[in-house]
Amino acid sequence: MSPRTPGSNRSGADASTPHFVRGGRPASDQLPDHPDFLWRNPEPKKSYDVVIIGGGGHGLATAHYLAKNHGITNVAVLEKGWLAGGNMARNTTIIRSNYLWDESSAIYEHSLKLWEGLEEDLGYPILFSQRGVLNLAHSLQDVRDSVRRVEANKLNGVDAEWVDADEVRKICPIVNTSADIRYPVLGATYQPRAGIAKHDYVAWGFARRASEAGIDLIQGCEVTGFTTDGDRVSGVQTALGDIAAGQVLLCASGHTSVLTDMLGIRVPIQSHPLQALVSELLEPVHPTIVMSNAVHVYVSQAHKGELVMGAGVDSYNGFGQRGAFHIIERQMAAAVELFPVFARAHLLRSWGGIVDTTPDASPIVGRTPYENLFLNCGWGTGGFKSTPGIGWCLADTIAHGEPHPYVAPFALDRFVTGALVDEHGAAAVAH
Amino acid sequence: MQLIACPFCGPREEVEFTYGGQAGVAYPEDPAALSDDQWAHYVFFRDNTKGRFAERWNHSHGCRRWFNAVRDTVTYCFEKPAGTTGTAS
Repeated sequence: MSPRTPGSNRSGADASTPHFVRGGRPASDQLPDHPDFLWRNPEPKKSYDVVIIGGGGHGLATAHYLAKNHGITNVAVLEKGWLAGGNMARNTTIIRSNYLWDESSAIYEHSLKLWEGLEEDLGYPILFSQRGVLNLAHSLQDVRDSVRRVEANKLNGVDAEWVDADEVRKICPIVNTSADIRYPVLGATYQPRAGIAKHDYVAWGFARRASEAGIDLIQGCEVTGFTTDGDRVSGVQTALGDIAAGQVLLCASGHTSVLTDMLGIRVPIQSHPLQALVSELLEPVHPTIVMSNAVHVYVSQAHKGELVMGAGVDSYNGFGQRGAFHIIERQMAAAVELFPVFARAHLLRSWGGIVDTTPDASPIVGRTPYENLFLNCGWGTGGFKSTPGIGWCLADTIAHGEPHPYVAPFALDRFVTGALVDEHGAAAVAH
Repeated sequence: MQLIACPFCGPREEVEFTYGGQAGVAYPEDPAALSDDQWAHYVFFRDNTKGRFAERWNHSHGCRRWFNAVRDTVTYCFEKPAGTTGTAS
């Protein structure tokens, strides 16, 4: 059954009652039933135990695990636009856990394990495909860093191996592994359990489960202010009226600082445009995911057949959900350098999201100066892969009023203590 | 491609410039006197304004000089700097 039309039953349709009549308007009794809605669209109540600001992947996943793991269902997810219409709809869907540092690999590996059971958990197809990721090395320094990361991954129970250029060619025959290119492929790290998923279905699956559990998902509900009472946030002011809150979680990604500015909290994030693009639909040519930091691009092929590519952020701060075309040009040049066969593909469309980058390329999660306000931001260019993992940990954090051990290292105060989790470059992070 | 008005050279393509982030962040007069918290805020914390934002830019592939500019972080349009020639957008 197609997840796009959950209520329809295409395969079981009776051929004698066509849904559409060629050359004319179908009679109303010949129209298919409207598919079932995946979630309710309730009016907001006056008060909730938990208010989550931001109806993207992280907010929806947190809502799901609050209900599933902790039985907390008097919860609202407030979304200023429509559900999962920000970065959740704009990312390149790469899921992996081969980060260098213990703190990072713990949360991302937790997330990857949840991805492996997510389709059953949500009862919804998410097209999770563990096709592996190659992170290419193009210089001796790349090789040394990559081998070090593989060893660190193994010690942390993350599947990882170092493969040489010949093995790269066996895993992904279309990569140009010849020695005479400007940045020859010297080898790669390989994580076979890495993969991709259909981002929209992931969001819809979480939203459906949360809504079924009684959680209110409220769209078109921008937060315009907060009411505070001493060191507590007592409620939020929204486009749809004031809502009292027992606990509040900020899950607003690039717009987090717009919210924290209202509360006088400074957060060291800088919002940048990050662009991605897809080609026209092609026959299957690309069996895995390839990332390269030196020749900066990352590419996979979606189930439908588009080549999905991304690269680095636009240099300046930006909230416009678009970027400059020379960034796209550079990323296409990198893609064609690595995959000569792509030279014949046509660009279908490109788009931009707003990513919240941090000084150490690691997220900021946990406590704030307000005792019942929790923060989740700074995932930068890599938040999609963490969706189930961070949702799980944030739900636990809210239920216990105490940061989950996996998110504790990512506290805001690390910028004062100096205990940074510096994943710049170290984690095969393509920034 | 967006043209950026270098106050010294006039309008040039965006690829010639390097972004320098928030303008007006002064080096502390007496760094040793700062608390850890104050030092962290100097090193790591910058405004992340949605809207009009005063920024540092360097014409790195031109005259290599730094200048200040005010830009809207939603539309990406530069405001025309006072006392300089050329259009900004």
